[in-house]
Amino acid sequence: MNIINLENITRIYQLGSEEVRALDGISLRIDKNEYVAIMGPSGSGKSTLMNILGCLDTPTSGKYDFKGINVSDMSDNELAEIRNREIGFVFQTFNLLPRSNAFHNVELPLIYSGMHSLKRKEIAKETLTSVGLEDRLHHKPSELSGGQRQRVAIARALVTTPSIILADEPTGNLDSKTGGDIMLLFNAIHKQGNTIILVTHEEYIAKHAKRIIRLLDGKIEIDEKNE
Amino acid sequence: MSNYLFEFKEGLIIAFKAIRANKARAILTTLGVVIGICAVALMSTTIKGIDIAFEEGISSLGSDNLYIDKWAWFSDEEFWKMRNRKNLKLSDYEKFKHLAQLPIAVAPTLWIVKKVEYGNNYVEGTLITGSTNEYLKTTNFDFDEGRFFSAIESKSSRNVVVLGKEVADHLFKSNNASEKYIKIRGIKFKVVGILKKQGSNLLGNFNPDKQVYMPIGAVFKHFERASHRSIAIIIRAQNTSMVEATKEEAEDIMRRIRGLMYDEENDFSINQQEGLTQNYNNVVGVIKIAGLLITGLSLLVGAIGIMNIMFVSVKERTREIGIRKAIGAKKRTILTQFITEASTICLIGGLIGLILAVLLSMVINKFLPTSIQFDTVILAIIISLITGILAGFAPAYTAAKMDPVEALRYE
Ligand SMILES: Nc1ncnc2c1ncn2[C@@H]1O[C@H](COP(=O)(O)OP(=O)(O)OP(=O)(O)O)[C@@H](O)[C@H]1O
Ligand SMILES: [Mg+2]
Repeated sequence: MNIINLENITRIYQLGSEEVRALDGISLRIDKNEYVAIMGPSGSGKSTLMNILGCLDTPTSGKYDFKGINVSDMSDNELAEIRNREIGFVFQTFNLLPRSNAFHNVELPLIYSGMHSLKRKEIAKETLTSVGLEDRLHHKPSELSGGQRQRVAIARALVTTPSIILADEPTGNLDSKTGGDIMLLFNAIHKQGNTIILVTHEEYIAKHAKRIIRLLDGKIEIDEKNE
Repeated sequence: MSNYLFEFKEGLIIAFKAIRANKARAILTTLGVVIGICAVALMSTTIKGIDIAFEEGISSLGSDNLYIDKWAWFSDEEFWKMRNRKNLKLSDYEKFKHLAQLPIAVAPTLWIVKKVEYGNNYVEGTLITGSTNEYLKTTNFDFDEGRFFSAIESKSSRNVVVLGKEVADHLFKSNNASEKYIKIRGIKFKVVGILKKQGSNLLGNFNPDKQVYMPIGAVFKHFERASHRSIAIIIRAQNTSMVEATKEEAEDIMRRIRGLMYDEENDFSINQQEGLTQNYNNVVGVIKIAGLLITGLSLLVGAIGIMNIMFVSVKERTREIGIRKAIGAKKRTILTQFITEASTICLIGGLIGLILAVLLSMVINKFLPTSIQFDTVILAIIISLITGILAGFAPAYTAAKMDPVEALRYE
């Protein structure tokens, strides 16, 4: 079953009189339980594509079906709901709330979904345990290492059991050893049946994925299986 | 519904975290609201105090009294018309008293202003009320010492006086004034009684504390020629509900005494304290509005401070807003969050302001019979909440409509 179906997507930024075609006619299908790496030089449109896939941004033209539903003309509120229930984000810079501890950061998406307090706390704890942070629940981000912060972010992405996990250079701010550990975590998450799309600059990171899409100037240059 | 509750609770938690993270700033910002709410609470308390003081003063005059006078106290009646009216004479009073059925007391009065002396002590410009022993029944006087002058004393125009508390305190530095003699224009008067403090400076010279009372006959004998001055007749109704009927009866009797034809206008006026109350409301009403405007202005300054700091806070937390949106916060959620934060700051400021106001009202209480009432507390809390909501709305709205991608890129 395909989760994502893009048809001829463009995203154009208007900078004064100049037009930047960040995405220039992208058509793409991603099925359930795929593990996709998106690669390409800087400025090729990887982050722009991720933002559109994650319903944070809307395309200038083209059609985007998410699980068979056209999201191109959804309202802001509906998009917020899709982000909350269907999509888990992992960012290069972790993007945790600095004043909240690990537990609250992970709990937050469930608060927004309106889940009952007891159930919510249980699930948040379970998820943090599954990324190996059961003894760091009450640490603030500033009291955690980079790898641990990214684990909290991954737990936050997983906690609502979304349909896809989107990770934009999740190892970009980590040393290679820690980055490797995080990739092992992604592999395990993929094995549990999750769909993962990640952006990376590093070939050795992309090796973990089962499919590699290479972008150049807002177009798909190569889309290939990875053995 | 539970969703709203969660969001509200989350908003509260964030608010406290934000306040704790920026203590100095929060304190400075809150100061405006503290002062504003303190001012509002004190102003409304003071206004209430003035009202209470006025009512107490009025009731010391006797609240169910009517005054038949040549002059209308509070009306647009033309001055020359009233000036041409016949004077009210003591004989009018005698006739009236004889005919009136409804009042529980009828007394003549004549006011003069004189210097009163005792030894080297004196009070300049004292209001002296000349009347009969019946005057006492038109008041609620209590006595510190002695008594009011008697029927015999008033009938035979004896040189006796009753002193208001302040006058007595000025003349006799020690107690035991009764049976002593004071002098007015060199004439000796025996002090037969001193009133308890009635207390209302709002009445000015009409405050009984500042007056001297003597038989009206004595006033005519020593200070005024009877033909010169018009007296007034004080009538006390049985109770408030009888005031109207008593007034109608009085008008009727007066018209008969004056021999007026049915188509002739009254050549006298019947005054009521209501007029005084109205006058008071006119004057104090303006002061009240001005006071509330000024305090409202200080609250506005506080609100602008909050709005300013919330704009700064929204700007600083742009990235946080982006993160929240990325994981599913709706516009409404963000709006609630920041409005809750502003309201919380305002509420805390309001509570501190209230505590301050309670302390300061203890000082005010030394001058006005007042203290902060429960309804003022509730009002202050509601006002600070509303201030927070209004001050928080614009910044919160800016936050709510941020583009998530741009917010996440914000450095
Ligand atoms: N808000 C914006 N306004 C104008 N141009 C933008 C904006 N965001 C992105 N772009 C442009 O769109 C193009 C694609 O940007 P994008 O961030 O998707 O690149 P990327 O592949 O993620 O690069 P990197 O590897 O450096 O992260 C770039 O040329 C960039 O300058
Ligand atoms: Mg990028």
